[in-house]
Amino acid sequence: MAKVVSPGVKALRKVVEDVYADARKAHAEGKLVGWSSSKFPCELAEAFDLNVMYPENQAAGIAANRDGEIMCKAAEDLGYDNDICGYARISLAYAAGKRASRKFDPETLEFIIDPKSGKPLKDENGNVVIDPETGKPKKDPKTMQPYTVLDDIYEIEALPETTEKEIAYKNFRREAIKPYRQMRMPQPDFVLCCNNICNCMTKWYENIARMCNIPLIMIDIPYNNTVDVHDTNVAYVRAQFDAAIHQLEELTGKKFDEKKFEHACENANRTAKAWLRVCDYLQYKPAPYSGFDLFNHMADVVTARGKVAAAEAFELLEKDLAEAVKNGTTTTPFPEKYRVMFEGIPCWPKLPNLFKPLKANGVNVTAVVYAPAFGFVYNNMDEMARAYYKAPNSVCIEQGVDWREGICRDNKVDGVLVHYNRSCKPWSGYMAEMQRRFTKDLGVPCAGFDGDQADPRNFNEAQYETRVQGLVEAMEANQAKKEAEAK
Amino acid sequence: MSTEVLLNEFKEYSEHPHRVLSQYKQEGKKVIGVLPYYAPVELVVAAGMVPMGIWGSNKKTIALAKEYCATFYCTIGQLALEMLLDGTLDQLDGIITPTICDTLRPMSQNYRVAMEGKLPCIFLAHPQNRKPAFGLQFTVDQYMHVKGELEKIAGTTITDEALRDAIKVMNRSRKARREFVKLAGQHPEAISAVNRSAVLRAAWFMEPAVYGPKLEELNAELAKLPASNWKGCKVVTSGIICDNPNLLQIFDDNHIAIAADDVAQETRSFRVDASEEGDPMMALAQQFADQDYDVLLYDEHSNKNRRADYVVQMVKDSGAQGLVLFMQQFCDPEEMEYPYLKKALDDAGIPHIKLGVDQQMRDFGQASTAIQAFADVL
Ligand code: SF4
Ligand code: SF4
Repeated sequence: MAKVVSPGVKALRKVVEDVYADARKAHAEGKLVGWSSSKFPCELAEAFDLNVMYPENQAAGIAANRDGEIMCKAAEDLGYDNDICGYARISLAYAAGKRASRKFDPETLEFIIDPKSGKPLKDENGNVVIDPETGKPKKDPKTMQPYTVLDDIYEIEALPETTEKEIAYKNFRREAIKPYRQMRMPQPDFVLCCNNICNCMTKWYENIARMCNIPLIMIDIPYNNTVDVHDTNVAYVRAQFDAAIHQLEELTGKKFDEKKFEHACENANRTAKAWLRVCDYLQYKPAPYSGFDLFNHMADVVTARGKVAAAEAFELLEKDLAEAVKNGTTTTPFPEKYRVMFEGIPCWPKLPNLFKPLKANGVNVTAVVYAPAFGFVYNNMDEMARAYYKAPNSVCIEQGVDWREGICRDNKVDGVLVHYNRSCKPWSGYMAEMQRRFTKDLGVPCAGFDGDQADPRNFNEAQYETRVQGLVEAMEANQAKKEAEAK
Repeated sequence: MSTEVLLNEFKEYSEHPHRVLSQYKQEGKKVIGVLPYYAPVELVVAAGMVPMGIWGSNKKTIALAKEYCATFYCTIGQLALEMLLDGTLDQLDGIITPTICDTLRPMSQNYRVAMEGKLPCIFLAHPQNRKPAFGLQFTVDQYMHVKGELEKIAGTTITDEALRDAIKVMNRSRKARREFVKLAGQHPEAISAVNRSAVLRAAWFMEPAVYGPKLEELNAELAKLPASNWKGCKVVTSGIICDNPNLLQIFDDNHIAIAADDVAQETRSFRVDASEEGDPMMALAQQFADQDYDVLLYDEHSNKNRRADYVVQMVKDSGAQGLVLFMQQFCDPEEMEYPYLKKALDDAGIPHIKLGVDQQMRDFGQASTAIQAFADVL
């Protein structure tokens, strides 16, 4: 059965696609396009009508499209160590002009199909068609893909174009670059960096600025050791906002438009509130959708939270969810037996593998840390500075635990699945202590597994399945104990 | 005192920090452990306490720290935790935990949680936008917090006068170390790579007011030496840390002298002095703002390759023929800047090698082969 896509989800997908399409158009028209870290105050760029792309979101998309490895390796060939965050590696390779492309024959200009690609062909009854010659399932030719190869846009642009053949070849090579939006993102004219989520960001963006010889606007948000954000910290960030505005004025030759800024803030607040309400629907038992979907909707929060379209799309999704709850339906493709929090960023290249044992055991993800981490609401510039101070990896352990335990309680989880993400040192750094606290404070079991958000080489499926199994058994035992006590 | 006697004294400090710590405690002194990077030790000195650097360990193995930490973190961060947990650092009266990289950020939490009720952990966040007035102010604000916490431990207040005196003490120590690095580079026959490291490492464990004058003494001896006619080659070292005597012995065995360094535990930490005039807190903030050419610090001119160009210039000025980069495993700040360092070195025709190291390494066979081969190229 094809997955039913609700109007809200459709709208959310369109929002992100539009953001990319607008940026491509702006680039083609010679307008400035910037690259920004996910938690840079987008409200500032919106005030200048700037088109902004988000490398983290892009890298996640590239990884989900199975090109994480080839891009990571390309970065390694440029000298970036494979210990570096996979998002950064993918982005740096991309900034250097590297692209995942489709292999073709330079003579005939035809793609060369990878016989290993594609899905099995099914007959009208949905049964897999077996090739009588080989005894193996036949491939659906429509789903077969060319081999993936690495290309370089700067190499392509340097190619000669005198003869017709040369022109045709050059054009074909340009077009052979994989056509999905994240692989067709325009190169940057400036970069916006906010290191609240990690300090890796600082040097990552400096590297991009150097590669592309473009200006960098930096908002530094140091790590915070207390739940409260001190006034002196707010003053520091606030002053940087002013400096950033000044830099943006110089970059664009425009004056800061207070009205547009306020409007973007309104949108960002509205998006955040709608996002939080959507997240809250996971409190229902059974949940009307899988929390895994939130990871996809993150793209909207990251790339478009300052746009009214994002707020509206989340509000639409909210309506869908209200309807689903009323009708007792859910988009989770299995009956919900257990509810867990998924800690960390998912392994994008391995989403189906992540999902498989969860589905098999009736485990629904009903809490993700992104919910509170991105749902910030503010009323003025100072509050905005304070809000940006509280990013997923910039808060002290007490705040981090509090966020998570809050959603674990509200969303009634039975266990926690912790991703020890090789890419993200700041995120994984105090996870062991957090696990101990979850178990102590909430009485729920936790299981950790090793993985990586972008580099598939760091994920061990067998270990993951064993850990999920262990978690399920612990949750089962917990439930049995509770039931026995209730009797 | 002769060069040899002085060197032995520094070595004693360098090799036995724990003994040194116990000695200070017996003398009734309070001791503050200082983690990397750029913590204002002047405040510790001004409070009448002894600062001791914590840069991991060449002798420990990660065991207890596993309770807190996944494997993919550098040993600098993990072994500090190990030593906090295994009792090595029990005699300390407090530690300062800076948070400038993605490992130290969450580690600051692990240190604090693990030491709850046992040892005061003084948190420190440096700004990256450190040069503008608001950045200086932020540094002052953070240092004020550190000052307050140190005062609680010391049971005194830190006066401006005491702080100014401490700045003078540290400036003197830094100046002596800069001078020493130069002299050691000029007289490799007198200062082996192993001894050079011991002298510089001792600075992290000795009382600064004692260290500075003692190093001046050694410098005076070295300055008297006739010009060297060193037949081996010379290199610049780069990286976070390279203080393992067994590793450095390979340099000595292959007649490779260290002409200068771009090492965090060494020259990067004493390149910049603080002003001895004006408001001493602001002087310390300005000192931090003036730190530059560092993989850990934001560069406002990021579209230029300033840091790598600076290192290239250092190689040229020092008369070295190549560069040896000690790459700490899992150190993403260093890793992130490697491609552009490589580019600048290659463009300048300076050969280099990158050696992957970590502090749990005990077998340097591979490193030895690589260093030997490199020496042959030079
Ligand atoms: S927060 Fe983590 S995953 Fe995100 S860019 Fe930084 S290191 Fe990478
Ligand atoms: S070695 Fe690198 S990762 Fe480790 S603490 Fe130092 S700068 Fe951070």
